[in-house]
Amino acid sequence: MRTVKTDLIAKIIKKLCLKANIELRKDVLSALKQARKRESASLPRYILGVIIDNAGLAKKRQMPICQDTGMVVVYLKIGQEVRIKGNIRKAVESGAAQAYKQGFFRKSIVGDPIKRKNTGTNLPAVIHADIVPGNKLDVRVVVKGFGCENASRTKMFRPFDSTDLIEDFIVGAIRDAGSKACPPLYIGIGIGGTLDKAVGLSKEAVLRPVGRCSRLPYIARLERSILKKVNGLKIGAMGMGGKTTSLGVSILTYPTHIAGLPVAVNISCHATRDARKVI
Amino acid sequence: MKKIHLPLNKKTIKSLKVGERVLLSGRLLTARDAAHKRLVDALKNGKRLPISIKGEAIYYTGPTPAKGKEVIGSCGPTTSSRMDPFTPVLLRHGLIAMIGKGERSKEATASIKKHGAVYFVTIGGAGVYLSERVKKNKIVAYSDLETEAIRELIVEDFPAIVAIK
Repeated sequence: MRTVKTDLIAKIIKKLCLKANIELRKDVLSALKQARKRESASLPRYILGVIIDNAGLAKKRQMPICQDTGMVVVYLKIGQEVRIKGNIRKAVESGAAQAYKQGFFRKSIVGDPIKRKNTGTNLPAVIHADIVPGNKLDVRVVVKGFGCENASRTKMFRPFDSTDLIEDFIVGAIRDAGSKACPPLYIGIGIGGTLDKAVGLSKEAVLRPVGRCSRLPYIARLERSILKKVNGLKIGAMGMGGKTTSLGVSILTYPTHIAGLPVAVNISCHATRDARKVI
Repeated sequence: MKKIHLPLNKKTIKSLKVGERVLLSGRLLTARDAAHKRLVDALKNGKRLPISIKGEAIYYTGPTPAKGKEVIGSCGPTTSSRMDPFTPVLLRHGLIAMIGKGERSKEATASIKKHGAVYFVTIGGAGVYLSERVKKNKIVAYSDLETEAIRELIVEDFPAIVAIK
């Protein structure tokens, strides 16, 4: 058994919250740079240039890339040979609270969805914990703004509905999102499982580096087809047209029930943010 | 690129073209979801607004706190369509310009056109870049709403694109 103290977890969470908000993911930044290179129309080219400059400024000035510093979502993969000493939720939340205070990040969480009073700390966080083999602890922090979160959606298809219907649903979600969700987007899709599993997969899908395709050939084909159709919408950077409405499409699948085919689309903005540490 | 001084007048708005890039300088008021709800509730109940919106421009943003001696934190636009239900009422009470991101509803679009007002979009997710164009930042109403409070910003060469007029 390996013992990990919750003090260390709090320290890691704090570091990851700061990093995720201030440093744009390398793969996302490089996809944005490629999109700018490809772009010939002046307005989207200008917008992509500003987005890229903004990422540089954020890092240099140690300021958050976007004012929507999100709701904190933490993924903990706990090796079964790891024993955690102390209260995990408290550790996660103390780390996150310190980061949001020290980083001068926005506090965007209301304590009750109906009464809507700001908690003033950006807490609570959403925590997903999983037990895995081994003696490692894998900590991942995702911060997601709600401009794009609000555009995400899910649908329960019939078992033998065609992939064309699924593609139409996904492309429709992107069309409806328009420029509200801050394109160019990274599109995460979950297919299979239960309603909650499909949504979970769609969230995890955008943790995969932009540009890497599925290992399943028929899924990789589906990813390419959706990307082509979405870019055919010509929404472009912040709705200003041009070649790139989406930087990439990432699909994760899971076994499902004989009676169902759940599909979830997680729309993620051009500031797709997360940070990870394995100890 | 066209330089525009705020507050705007209807003559300047008439000269703008949809899709045109502009640089805004002068006073902006910030307001997003919670401040809109309060403003419109006050108007519905016949109460006086804490600030005048006549001839003003509202920027839909909820900035991050200012660090040390900085003027403001990151301050990019938020999604405008959430403000759609409130917009016609504010336009009726003299609001003349809005800055945000994304499409507007049919009703909000019609109302903007009817009043000879203008809706600009700016660059979502470019919070640090845009913060460098803000020279002054002061809370003028609803300070309890913190990031959602109404602020008066003085901006210089704040980039925007004419979206609806």
